[in-house]
Order: sequence, then structure tokens, then C-alpha cells
Amino acid sequence: MEHRGLGWPRLPRLLELLAALAVQAVRASAVAAASPDLCLWPMPLSVQTTPRVLHLSPDNFFFSHSSTSKAGPSCSLLQEAFRRYYDYIFGFYKWHHGSADLRVGVELQQLQVSVILDPECDTFPKISSDESYTLLVKGPVASLTANRVWGVLRGLETFSQLIYQDFYGTFTVNESNIVDSPRFPHRGILIDTSRHFLSVKSIFKTLDAMAFNKFNVLHWHIVDDQSFPYQSVTFPGLSKKGSYSSSHVYTPNDVRMVIEYARLRGIRIVPEFDSPGHTQSWGEGQKDLLTPCYNGKEPSGAFGPINPIWNTTYSFLSKFFKEISTVFPDEFIHLGGDEVDFDCWASNPEIQDFMRDKGFGRNFKKLESFYMQAVLDMISAINKNSIVWQEVFDDASKLMPGTVIQVWKAEDYTQEQSKVTEAGFPVILSAPWYLDWISYGQDWKRYYAVDPLSFEGSQEQKKLVIGGEACLWGEYVDATNLTPRLWPRASAVGERLWSHKDVRSLEDAYRRLTIHRCRMLRRGIAAEPVFTGYCDHEDRM
Amino acid sequence: MVGSTLRFSLLLAAAFAERATALWPWPQYIQTSERRYTIFPHSFQFQYHVSSAAQVGCSVLDEAFQRYRDLLFGSVSFHFPQPMGKRHTSEKNLLVILVITPGCDQFPSLESVENYTLTVNDEQCFLLSETVWGALRGLETFSQLVQRSPEGTFYINKTEIEDFPRFPHRGLLLDTSRHYLPLASILDTLDVMAYNKFNVFHWHLVDDSSFPYESFTFPDLTKKGSYNPATHIYTAQDVKEVIEYARLRGIRVLAEFDTPGHTLSWGPGVPGLLTPCYSGSHPSGTFGPVNPALNNTYEFMSTFFLEISSVFPDFYLHLGGDEVDFTCWKSNPDIQAFMKKKGFGEDFKKLESFYIQTLLDIVSAYGKGYVVWQEVFDNKVKVQPDTVIQVWREEMPVRYMKEMELVTSAGFRALLSAPWYLNHITYGPDWKKIYVVEPLAFEGSPEQKALVIGGEACMWGEYVDSTNLVPRLWPRAGAVAERLWSNKTVTDLDFAYKRLAHFRCELLRRGVQAQPLSVGYCDVEFEQT
Repeated sequence: MEHRGLGWPRLPRLLELLAALAVQAVRASAVAAASPDLCLWPMPLSVQTTPRVLHLSPDNFFFSHSSTSKAGPSCSLLQEAFRRYYDYIFGFYKWHHGSADLRVGVELQQLQVSVILDPECDTFPKISSDESYTLLVKGPVASLTANRVWGVLRGLETFSQLIYQDFYGTFTVNESNIVDSPRFPHRGILIDTSRHFLSVKSIFKTLDAMAFNKFNVLHWHIVDDQSFPYQSVTFPGLSKKGSYSSSHVYTPNDVRMVIEYARLRGIRIVPEFDSPGHTQSWGEGQKDLLTPCYNGKEPSGAFGPINPIWNTTYSFLSKFFKEISTVFPDEFIHLGGDEVDFDCWASNPEIQDFMRDKGFGRNFKKLESFYMQAVLDMISAINKNSIVWQEVFDDASKLMPGTVIQVWKAEDYTQEQSKVTEAGFPVILSAPWYLDWISYGQDWKRYYAVDPLSFEGSQEQKKLVIGGEACLWGEYVDATNLTPRLWPRASAVGERLWSHKDVRSLEDAYRRLTIHRCRMLRRGIAAEPVFTGYCDHEDRM
Repeated sequence: MVGSTLRFSLLLAAAFAERATALWPWPQYIQTSERRYTIFPHSFQFQYHVSSAAQVGCSVLDEAFQRYRDLLFGSVSFHFPQPMGKRHTSEKNLLVILVITPGCDQFPSLESVENYTLTVNDEQCFLLSETVWGALRGLETFSQLVQRSPEGTFYINKTEIEDFPRFPHRGLLLDTSRHYLPLASILDTLDVMAYNKFNVFHWHLVDDSSFPYESFTFPDLTKKGSYNPATHIYTAQDVKEVIEYARLRGIRVLAEFDTPGHTLSWGPGVPGLLTPCYSGSHPSGTFGPVNPALNNTYEFMSTFFLEISSVFPDFYLHLGGDEVDFTCWKSNPDIQAFMKKKGFGEDFKKLESFYIQTLLDIVSAYGKGYVVWQEVFDNKVKVQPDTVIQVWREEMPVRYMKEMELVTSAGFRALLSAPWYLNHITYGPDWKKIYVVEPLAFEGSPEQKALVIGGEACMWGEYVDSTNLVPRLWPRAGAVAERLWSNKTVTDLDFAYKRLAHFRCELLRRGVQAQPLSVGYCDVEFEQT
């Protein structure tokens, strides 16, 4: 409830009303699907289109700021977006030398953008950012209205999806009226840059495609056992010794570029520094951080999770997370906390003593909680909120209110959602959306069929689900296969998290997703095919 | 005997893992030592031996030299430190090639000899082969032996290799009907096939979904049956280019025109070819397999395959024959009447046999051999004894190894594909499952085993197009390539993993978007464009 309560975007009354009508509107649009051109993805809350068409000419169309808008040409976020979307809409014009003459009919010459409240042009998107917008497409001037720039970005994407080339190659759009806002505020993609390094370019591509699907969080699982590519200013040894090679690192400048690229697309970067497990690569550059494992009375030479009993551990982490909290502007830091293997801790005599002193007995979950509690306190002391994997909740006796729990274990995940929300903690759902688990055929349907609120619980509990994430873990993924593995499979999750819960017809989704995939292809995203068929412009890939 | 030299070579590989690990597929016999020779890119040359049957002007090898020069040194600047003074025995600036039998302008065939011997020692750097095709295989091996030190100098170790393929048919199937693949994707695939010593490109050109092959006899086939007759087709020129590109890499092009099923896309261009399905006493408006009851059908096939036989130079054509659905035939009154007339009763397998036999007769009259999918054998179609049967079904009607046994005990030659459907993807290192298959692990006499001419990795196209083809193919297809080339005793998974991971990095270096086998990295990663 915390997060919903804290400065949550209150939908304007009108929007709420429209939301109530949405089901109807969506059904209506599904019927209107007789016009094969309506291929919006994700489906907006309310769409009304008419058969009346407008034509656009690349030479005579532009985006503008309405005179009443709180944002103007000084808002570079919007100026950049205008340029991008002009390109997405007309980019092909260069390639297709169709006739420039418009056929008879009304011309659409302008999309006028109006931001109602303080536009937040130069801020970073937040979980509470308002992404709602209304889009009124009519000639000769269409209008896009939103409370903040974030809604404008989403609306521009929708606008670009409305435009198609007719039989003669003329850019065409149907008169329409769209009111839209997301179902969940946290719609994420997880990438893993430790198992395999992903170049900044690959991350940019992913951010582009995320914007096409109205995702708004990149969960950057930046380090893990295998490598430590994050270049820390405070502890340069971590990446110097823990990265795969000196070219497999993210410099502070790389990280800044990723954050800014994401910001311009209304996407938050939530960094994850997973501990105390999954930290083998930290040990290379930071001596005496990991637990020495013992083989009987002698150290075996192997190391386990971070050593939770030394003060030096916490002074290191405190400095480290202080840096992280200034490098990454988002209010959330993901602290991991998953899959802690207790064997090494159990083998270590110092830890055994510590357990005895603390009265933990043989219960290593208590030791784990002790560690996580200390790290969570550290994070709240630097005014950040924490996200953790579900084990931290499962194994903890008490947890600071407001800690976000990410549910990832596929088995009985709805039960886990019930438990976590019953205890009053916000939830991010990932369990059914591990996209690295590939299988033959159209598995997007499985992702699509999930409803994140299908667990047993009160209305209050359901409100605690702040969204979900599609996870693409990196054991078998690098720049060679990242894009076709993510897209359009993640798009299924994108619609599930954005669109109304009643938007679930597989048939209609298939039709729209197929076209959406071709659109991504046209925009330079090597999204793999949904099924047999073809796209008009695939030869450009 | 082979076994003992091999064990010896395995030990060597373990001892000098750093060095020979890039070799993929593993050669039949290899001996290497610590002795190292430096190679200077600017002065290094490939040279024909004076008594070689192939000399300058041999397109296959001239072009191969150029390719391998680029692959070896392409990215290095040629402002490299010049070797000073006189040459040392520790330098190698020539690879001398001796080909025994002429044949630069021919096409590779099932019978082509691919053996070669590669010797790098103090006295020589020498590649000896019976044919140009063997020389191509040897050049690939040579390119995998050349290493680069951290300081950037190229070197090769003292090495002795004698190599030859275990099976003569080592194929890769691409499906250009479910999704169209741009010409560039096909050509790129041929390059990577050569890196893996594959030698057959099985081109499943057309199917239900689309007909991209532009026939000059029946242009309507593509005009009406392709996804887009302007962009999603293979012109005669495209096909020629594929065949020549493949030839230059020692790869045969085995064209498949699958009938009588899998032919929906043929229908719009050839009215009357497909069987009209009936709903009760009326045509339902849908169509089934090729109509086997009409003379027109055979006249069409006769003309069509005359064209195909001349366009594709390989001795073999693939005639398909898989998955014929009898429901539509059953519903059609004309077919029912034909069945009665022929005395087939209710046995539609007999009708299928009738069609296939007629087709096989047509094709063999054009002097071609043929490959068919296993159903043709399963349904007891009477085929000529030299027919090649491709086994693709994993479980039904019998386990595939049983099928291999049945096919070979009937005296037919067999190709194995069943365990190598690479379009079937699963989580994790599935290359191991692909790798551990032993194609001769069925009950049968040595004569039967000798009838197994090889196998094919199949990449069907329902979910594959140019966006995901390359990472889905490589390095997984590499596992099949080694199984079909290397000695049957080369089965150690750890040893394979090390080499394949290394080879995958080498593929990245060569610009191939090959996906990772497991966690880790390569010095040169794939560059996102």
C-alpha cells in the first residue's frame, strides 16, 4: 500500500469514468478490427476509431507544442521524442518513393502536444510518474494531451502505431479518440550483464524496443558470480579483477549514458547488486569479503557468499551502496538476496561461533536475515527504497515495511503473492515470465494468459501488486541472441502489464502482435517471428 | 587402430589444450608439438605445388585462398613489422597446396573425396589432397590452426594431420517457405557450413506457406504463390548464385520440391493441380494434396521437374513425400472413383504410392537420383533400390534407430535427421543431446551400416527467419557437423565443450552471430548494429 499511497498518480475523474467504460470500448475496437489497420500494442484503455481517414505527407507534417502547454521547445526530452517518432512514422518514405501527392481527403498536418501540469522534462521517471494521456486524431490538427511528459511519450508511441501506409503507399490514419493509462506502474525487463556482457549498444536497442512496448523499468542485473562489469569509482578493483576483461566493463560514462537514454524514453533504471549470494566475482577485487569455505579444519580455498559476520563487510557495503545511490538516480535499488547457499557458511568455524553468540542455533536463515536486515537499513539510511527477491521475505522474521518483494519461483507463485501481500508488502511478479526458459512454439501465449492478480486475496492485497517483470537471464544469452529472444515474447508481458485485464483474446492478440512484430522489425529491432508468414520490410534487417 | 591413434591425439589435446582447441570438427588423426612457427601476414602466401593438378586459374582454390587470407589476417593492418634479414626455419610464409586429381570446374557430388593431409614442420607447410574439395577442407583446418599471440603475432604449431570425413553426406536443411530467407542469409549460412565442413545444403524451397522459387516454365507459381512476388522470391539468378557460392565451398545443393502434400502454395499458380476437398456432395472451397487422379497432374510434374533437373546440377533431387493427409482425398468423389477403378479399395497409401511411383519414374527418366522422406518407405511405395530414405520421425511409427535398421535391412541408403531438428529448442546446452547421437547405433550388419550415407541438421522455418536463424543454427549445428565428420570415438563432452566454445568465439571473430554455449565471453563479441 505504501507505494500506491505515496504520491500515486490520481487518475483524473474523467479517466476513471472512461476506465469503467474501457471494456466496452475495447470490445468495440476488436470488432472494428475488420479494418486490418488497427494494430495497437499494447492495447490502450479506450479506443474509438471511425472509418474516416486522414492522410499525412512527410513534407507537411510536424509535431508541435500547444500554446497552452506547460512544456515547450526547451523540453529536450520532447524535442528528441518528436524527432524519433517522425522517423519511425516516415522513416520508410526515403526507401519507398511513392507518390507524394495526397489523394483527395482531409490532411493531418500536425500533432499538437499539450502538457497540463509541471512537465517534469528534466527529472527522472519514477514509480509514481503519471503516464496517462489522451489522443484525439482529427484533421488538420490532432492533439495529444497528458499531465506529464511521460504520458506524452506513451501517447506518441500510440500515435505512431495508428499510422499506416494504404494501398497506394500514402500515410494514412483513421480519425480516432484514445484515452489511455497503464494498469500497473512497474513494467520491467530484466537483463543480466554478468553471465554475458552486453554492450551499451545492445542495451540501447533493448531500451528502444521497451519504449515500443510501453515498458518503463529496466531491471539491470549488472553483476553476479560470473563477472563484475560495473566499474566502481570507490572500489575500482571490483571490475579490474572481477570483469571478464578490460573491454567487458561499464564505465561511469557508460552507465550515465544508459540512464539518460532510458530517461528520454520514460524508462527507469533499477540497478541490482545481488548479495550475499551470487557474489563470486566480487571476491576477486575485494579481499576478505567472501566467506572462506572449510574442508574440515582447513580452508578449502573456495569461497562462499559474502561473509556476514565481519564489520569490514558492512563498512565496505556501506561505502559501496553510497556510491550506487548517487550513480543511479532511481529511488529503488534491487538488493537481490536470492539463492543463498548455506553450506559454506556452515563449514566456517568463525561463522559457527558467531551463530552461537547470536543464539541463531543452526538456523542459517537467521544469519541470512541478519545480513539482509543490515543491508536494508543501510539503504534506507541513504533514502532509497529496496527491492529484494522473494527468499528475503520467505526467510525473514521481520522486514522493513515498504520493502518490495519480487516473486520469481514458478512453483505456487500465486500462493506466494497471497502471502507477501497479506503481510502487507508490495509485489513485483516475475515467476511466470522467465523468458530465458525457451521452448518450441508460441510460448508467448502462456505469458499472455497470466493475470498478475489471479491469486487469492482482498482488494487491498491486489493493490499491492505494483507490476511485473519479464526476465531474460544471461546464462545462454548475449548480444548474438538477446533481441530475437526478447522480442516479441516480452511484448506479451508488456500488454499484460499495460492493458486492461479484460484484453485477453489470444486471437486478436495474435493478429496485433504479428503486425507489431513487423513494426519493430521496420524500426530496426530483430524481433523473431510469431509464426509462419512474412513482413513487408523484412529485407531491411 | 584408428582408436589408438585417436586416444593418443586426445591426450595431446588435453596436454596442449590452449593450442589445438579451436579445431572443429576434430580431425581423424592429429599430432602437434610445442614447436611454433611465426607467420607474417604481409608475406604469407598460398601457393600451388608445381605438380599440382590444380594451378592458378582454378576458381575453387583461387577464391578460397582469398577468403582464407581475409579470415586469417583480415582485420590486421599490413603495416606489420617486416621480418629482418634472412628467413628462419621458425617462419612460415607459404602454404603449398598439391591437388592430385583435376576438377576445378566440376560440382561436388556424393562421391567426392574430401581427404587431405596437412603437414607443418621445419621442412614444409604443405597441404596434400586428392581433390579440390579435400583442399578446401584442409584450408579450413589450416585456418583454425593459426593462432595469435597476445602481442599480435600469428603463429602455427608443428602439426601433422590426416583427415577424412566419416560420412559423405553432411547436410543442413533450411526452409525458405514458412519464412522467406533473403539471399544474403543463405549465402552467409553456406560460409558457416564450410567452416563446419558441412557439404550438403538441403534447400526446402517451397511448402504450403509460400512458393518463392521462380520457375521460368510456370511463372505463375511464384506470382501467385509467393508471399510477395516482388521481394520474397528466388529468381533464376539467385538460384544460380546459391549453387555457385556453394560449389566454391565444396557444398552440394540438394533442392527439395515436396509433393504430394505440403503443396498448398502451388495451388494458386496451377489451377486444377490440388485436390478440391468436399464437404458432403459439394466442394468445400479448400484444397488438399496434389490430385493424383488426373493426367494433367503428371504432365505438369513432368514439365516442372524437367526444369528443376536442369536448374539444379546435383545428381539428387529431394522429392519430399512426407505427411500426406488423406482426409481431403477421401472426401473427393473423383478420387473415390479413381480408387475404385484402380482397385485400391480404401487404402489411400496405395494412392499415395501410385502418385510417388509415377513421379519417381518421371524424375529418374531425367537421369536424376532422389531422396525422399521416410513415409515413402513406411507406406511401402515401390522405389528403385538406389533411393535414399531420410529418417526424420523420432518416435512414430517406430523409434528412429529402429527405422534406420528397417530402411537399411531393406537395402536402402539412409540419411539421419530425426534427432537433429534444430528448430526444436529447449532451455540449456541442448547441443550435448545433439552431439551424443551415434548414427550407427542400431542393430544391423556391417553392410547395413555402410548404407548410412550421413545425416542432416534441419532448421524448419515455422518460427525462424533472418532475425533468429543464425544464433539458432550456430553453434548448435556444429555438434551435428562433428558427429558426421569426426571419428566415432570422438565423443567426450568436456573435450567437445572446450573446442566448441572456442570455435564459437572464432565464429564471432569471423562475423557470425553464433550464440553462447554457456556463461563466459569472447575477446571479440558480436557487435550490435
